[in-house]
Amino acid sequence: MIDAGVALSLVLLLSLTAYALLGGADYGGGVWDLLATGRAAERQRATIAHAIGPVWEANHVWLIVAIVVLFTGFPRAFAAVSTYLHVPLLLVLAGIVFRGSAFVFRAYGPDDPRHERFWGRVFAIASSATPVFLGVVVGAITEGRLPERPDGAFTQIFVAPWLTPFSLAVGAFALALFAYLAAVYLTLEAGDDDVRAAFRARALISSLVVGILAATVLLLAIADVRRALTTSAWALPLHVATAACAVATFALLWVERYHAARVTAAAQVVFVLWGWAAAQYPYAIRPHLTVAAASAPANVQVLLLQVLGVGALFLVPSLLYLFGIFGPRGQQGRRIAGRIR
Amino acid sequence: MTDLLYARWQMGLSLAFHIVFAVIGMAMPVMMVAAEAAWVRSGRAEYLELARRWSRGTAILFAVGAVSGTVLSFELGLLWPAFMEVAGPIIGMPFSLEGFAFFLEAIFLGLYLYGWQKLSPPAHIAAGVTVAIGGAFSGAFVVAANAWMNTPTGFRLVGNTVVDVDPVAAMFNAAAGAQIVHMLLAAYAAVGVAVAGIHAWFLLKDPLDQFHRRAFTIALIVGLPASLLQPLAGDWAAGVVTRTQPVKLAALEGQFATESHAPLRLGGLPDPEARVTRYAVEIPGGLSLLAYGDPAATVVGLNDVPRHLWPPVTAVHLAFQVMVGIGSWLALLAVWAAVTQWRGRLFASRSFLRAMVFSTALGFIALEAGWMVTELGRQPWAIQGVMKTADAVTPMPGLRVPFALFTLVYIGLAVVVARLIRRTVLETAPAGAR
Repeated sequence: MIDAGVALSLVLLLSLTAYALLGGADYGGGVWDLLATGRAAERQRATIAHAIGPVWEANHVWLIVAIVVLFTGFPRAFAAVSTYLHVPLLLVLAGIVFRGSAFVFRAYGPDDPRHERFWGRVFAIASSATPVFLGVVVGAITEGRLPERPDGAFTQIFVAPWLTPFSLAVGAFALALFAYLAAVYLTLEAGDDDVRAAFRARALISSLVVGILAATVLLLAIADVRRALTTSAWALPLHVATAACAVATFALLWVERYHAARVTAAAQVVFVLWGWAAAQYPYAIRPHLTVAAASAPANVQVLLLQVLGVGALFLVPSLLYLFGIFGPRGQQGRRIAGRIR
Repeated sequence: MTDLLYARWQMGLSLAFHIVFAVIGMAMPVMMVAAEAAWVRSGRAEYLELARRWSRGTAILFAVGAVSGTVLSFELGLLWPAFMEVAGPIIGMPFSLEGFAFFLEAIFLGLYLYGWQKLSPPAHIAAGVTVAIGGAFSGAFVVAANAWMNTPTGFRLVGNTVVDVDPVAAMFNAAAGAQIVHMLLAAYAAVGVAVAGIHAWFLLKDPLDQFHRRAFTIALIVGLPASLLQPLAGDWAAGVVTRTQPVKLAALEGQFATESHAPLRLGGLPDPEARVTRYAVEIPGGLSLLAYGDPAATVVGLNDVPRHLWPPVTAVHLAFQVMVGIGSWLALLAVWAAVTQWRGRLFASRSFLRAMVFSTALGFIALEAGWMVTELGRQPWAIQGVMKTADAVTPMPGLRVPFALFTLVYIGLAVVVARLIRRTVLETAPAGAR
């Protein structure tokens, strides 16, 4: 029988994976809104807004699920993370608030180009900044500079643990990864060939950036983390899988096989996350707090697993329905309406 | 101000902000679906226009509710990590159930808002109904978690360690039922009355306007039955407080002396230094009767409680008076509406329409006051009798900075939302624009 704490960490990993694949791509959409250029810029923005509109709030809920699983199942980890990573988490929150509100302000505001441009810009900037801070939080948990107790100067306790080259590199990596994912998805949402070509080019370029930043992260990792990332039993197969997916996505984009590219790009992100999780185990937060030590009482974890199982019975069909109606397949052959209303 | 006080202000501000959007997210979908159903049944264009406008309003307000709710779920840890370390496993179950309810809301709101052309009318209405049900359940689960802070159960404390955690018992704590019903009714009452008040203002200008008549009617149907039932739910909630939080009861009634035949005070200003509540209209034996069903019953006063365990008496008492006063007025308004409707003068009675306009914001004021009663009334405890708020706060210094940041952000958001709702929901010309 698998340990409840391990099972629950897998559930946590699954919700983070879903958040990266869905919510992450929504952030990435904001990046491409910010970087939209050329004659087709407004059509690119419309494509992004059209793709995100119906699903972004549902995609966002995966983060809430992850947080609730964390504080219910691993309360000590939640307390430590939210104490010592207060500052980057606050910035994540500010980003989430601005991104979400600006998106609806633009979509449901008056027909006024100035209004749309202003809130579009807020949406795009907040979407681009938030993944960096999310990545910084993950980087700090991985690097393991969080203190055990809050004794010391402010900067030493509340800044130094996350303001490191490694954590910042993970932040940049997260941003690149989400932008890459979004560009690949958006090739399927595009209403015309101009826009599709623009997203294809963006996907190809960002896949290279992702590769460079992945290498940077590995180089900046402290020896302990690098060892875990490279030599653990899981590491090699996961790295091979990640690399294979990256190469496959590049090739598929090159030959314009977008449906297949979407699958391999998503798989690449999944392998990145799972590779990180495998390297992190048995720690919840390096190097003081293991998953076992962070765990709530076993009966709580078992009950939570049951609740999540029952909840999934409602959730999965609903999500399939949503994506069935609004996914790229549901859009095929339809012209982008321009404004969403 | 101390960091503790900044943390409390930030949490209070975040909750006060979120609660507005949360209740709108619960009640607006009911009205928007009702309008659409009326359109399908009657084929009248005003109903479709109404459903469209209300769904646009819902989209904006729900999104702000979703992001401010996200802020809260993080703030629980950012501001009160020690609280969450203890409470997380105990009350995580209602929070995870709330997660699923929120998921259903978000999924089906996306389907509703963007599915006008893609779903059949019954499927579209069903999506809206799911949003409304999800909203009610979300609210219920979150309030169950809050109720646990008032009547903590489902665990034992050995030293500083929590053992024998029973999340099911914790979720079904003594205060949960009354608080949930009280909160749900408050949501429908506040939103229904506010929307009716806005349309009453238009009806005063043009009593024959079909669009505003129909909007007014639907809003009244959502708001007034809840207003009528609310005093009963309030009495139930007060009964629970009497049994489980006698100090809170004493504070909200401004009751300093422990006495039999304790009076019910209407209004009044407690003076905690002199330990007396002045200027109140006192109904002899009223409090004893309401609390224990016997005018001779003894009510424990604040004088029997050490001063450091008092909540902020003046604020709690005043907030309670505001809540009860408005609640009574809204219940009266429901009776008035029924009489006016029975006489066939619902849209013609200018005094009734004026009363509705006057009441537009009152439900929300009562809602905020009621929230202050339950939260301030529990102080100095974060978990009643178990953990003090002061012991739950984060060790992070400089909390005035995040407080200032979120205060500015929320004020800015409030201004933008208010202007947007005015421009897009209230002022746009009824037209075929999708």
